[in-house]
Amino acid sequence: MARITASVYTSHVPAIGVAMDLHKTQEDYWQPLFAGYDFSKQWMKDNKPDVIFLVYNDHATAFSLDMIPTFAIGTAAQYKPADEGWGARPVPVVKGHPQLASHIAQSVIQQDFDLTIVNKMDVDHGLTVPLSLMCGELDPVKDAWPCPVIPFAVNVVQYPVPSGQRCFALGQAIRKAVESFDEDINVHIWGTGGMSHQLQGARAGLINREWDNNWLDLMINDPVACAKVPHIDYVREAGSEGIELVMWLIARGAMADVNNGERSGPLPQVTHRFYHVPASNTAVGHAILENKE
Amino acid sequence: MALDKPYKDVPGTIIFDAEQSRLGYWLNQFCTSLMKAENRARFLADERAYLDEWAMTEEQKQAVMARDLNRCMALGGNIYFLARIGATDGKSFQQMAGSMTGMSEEEYRNMMLAGGRSVEGNRYIGEDGDAQPHRQPQGAGSKKEGN
Repeated sequence: MARITASVYTSHVPAIGVAMDLHKTQEDYWQPLFAGYDFSKQWMKDNKPDVIFLVYNDHATAFSLDMIPTFAIGTAAQYKPADEGWGARPVPVVKGHPQLASHIAQSVIQQDFDLTIVNKMDVDHGLTVPLSLMCGELDPVKDAWPCPVIPFAVNVVQYPVPSGQRCFALGQAIRKAVESFDEDINVHIWGTGGMSHQLQGARAGLINREWDNNWLDLMINDPVACAKVPHIDYVREAGSEGIELVMWLIARGAMADVNNGERSGPLPQVTHRFYHVPASNTAVGHAILENKE
Repeated sequence: MALDKPYKDVPGTIIFDAEQSRLGYWLNQFCTSLMKAENRARFLADERAYLDEWAMTEEQKQAVMARDLNRCMALGGNIYFLARIGATDGKSFQQMAGSMTGMSEEEYRNMMLAGGRSVEGNRYIGEDGDAQPHRQPQGAGSKKEGN
């Protein structure tokens, strides 16, 4: 049977992708940020998954106001990096895993989560920046991402966005879906976005280091309580775009210590944890959690 | 019964909910059109003519031409859509976000390097933080207006 062995959490700031694409990672501004991912890149090589289930949000790229799916799963064979207005990022095409994605779609819908199924979409920085951070700089033509990726897009652009509670429950359904897949494969689930940031208005540039780190503690150690944090707390404390953090709860809910909405058994191992301010407008958070037998 | 909108009392913040989305539908769809290179070129060649192709309000068109992102937000724009205007102008997210505060690019960048804007005094309208209405615009913008 397929198994989820680890979850990865990271911000997906577009400027990080630009810094990598323009080879600026060793500049004074960026060096401390990328240093926080040195461990992670090696860990990815040493613990290469067969598939990454990557939870992210589309930033009005694949989904304009024409359609706003709350939860959308990509079941395509491949996804092109999107042109978000500055030209497409020079990174490899993202290969999908249609068989596992379709299996998860069917299983999760049968567990009462009404997913939108997407067979054609481009993927924006929300998906490609986490891949770049974890896999390093890759040639768009000669290289490939280390494994297939299932994109899972969550609406956090137009309110109301799904609650932390709903995301946490969805993670549990995704784990059940993965574990009912017959092939013996190793799956990582990633939650991306956040941490505190606000890109608009007189409050633009808000960062809340203390709240971010307390939230990260809670997400790791008491995810049941973390899932109960209401939207307004994210907005008030972590900025209007800090709400992206609810997506991390999908990955956390898929870990082995969460069963029937409660936590039981040993906590996952915290393999790595990192926090840095700033990347452009944003506080960057990152963690790797592993299920240990 | 009215919907619960607890986010109305956060200073300097407009939450893009269904009501804002309805107001800004054509403004945001216009922004989406700028993801195509040929549309970016047509817009830059004659902004007024290009905007007139969209069912936007006159106020929205004026806000776009003035690159007044705060006004665009108030009229239903969303930052991820408005970012297409910034991309068309060759601006980064940091330049766009900073432009909404009144600070110069350098002031805003320095604020971020120093750890960002504090949440203290900026949680609820009526406190005294730097994002409160009575303290706008900030930085260089406040000097320009002789405040």
